[in-house]
Amino acid sequence: MKSTIAAFAIGLLFGLGLCVSGMILPSKVKGFLDIAGNWDPSLAFVMGGAIGVGLIAFRFARAGSRALLGADMRLPTNDRIDAPLLIGSSIFGIGWGLAGVCPGPAIVDLGFLDPQIVVFILAMLAGMALEKPARGLFGAR
Amino acid sequence: MQIDWMNFTPWSAALGGVAIGLAAGLMILLLGRIAGVSGIVAGLLPPAKGDVSWRVAFILGLVVSVALWRLAGAARAPVFDIGYGATILAGLLVGFGARLGGGCTSGHGVCGLSRLSPRSLAATLAFMTSGVLTVFALRHILG
Repeated sequence: MKSTIAAFAIGLLFGLGLCVSGMILPSKVKGFLDIAGNWDPSLAFVMGGAIGVGLIAFRFARAGSRALLGADMRLPTNDRIDAPLLIGSSIFGIGWGLAGVCPGPAIVDLGFLDPQIVVFILAMLAGMALEKPARGLFGAR
Repeated sequence: MQIDWMNFTPWSAALGGVAIGLAAGLMILLLGRIAGVSGIVAGLLPPAKGDVSWRVAFILGLVVSVALWRLAGAARAPVFDIGYGATILAGLLVGFGARLGGGCTSGHGVCGLSRLSPRSLAATLAFMTSGVLTVFALRHILG
């Protein structure tokens, strides 16, 4: 129960961060990716702020230890830079550049009850489901 | 390259970023999990017993945050500049690519870079590059 409440509060904080930073706006994300046009560097400042705090927090995170609410600390163990990573990330970036939203902002944007964002989310879920049977094609585990 | 001074918002961007970093830090230190949105969502497809409530609660928190933001009166609604067909294609690519690549902007971009993971740095460079190329093609070749 404690973890569930904490996860909700963390989601709220994460979402407010996306709202305040402007990253819930496709125009802002595309403005960052448009380095050849009228460039809006804001997203770099979002990443800077987030990683600045994250660097400190993750220094206290140790694999094999317990998290403060009692669960096992689960840190990624896969450190391979392989074809699935690079191909998948590149495919992700094409969709990100096309729409101007990634999964976090898309879910936050559901709060605006815009039908187009609902369509985006449904397509995203379909894409996630399709990846499972297709991953072998890209040499993934 | 020229800076879009009209839309550049360094302070609110950095402040929002700090909130995102705090959330990611609380997630790993309190729950022991990576705050990667695509991974948290995909972990519900299908739901696994005992591993559902924190995922749903986090996602609900994300959606409810916009209500608070709207109460604050500052909320500009998101506007897509693409049609429905392109929206579907974009969603498919985002979902598929994030899973194949093992993460998205939050998992690789925020948490991975905060862990100084070379794998996440490679992923971030890959999606930033393809994102930049996509917008370049849309705005400066096709547009």
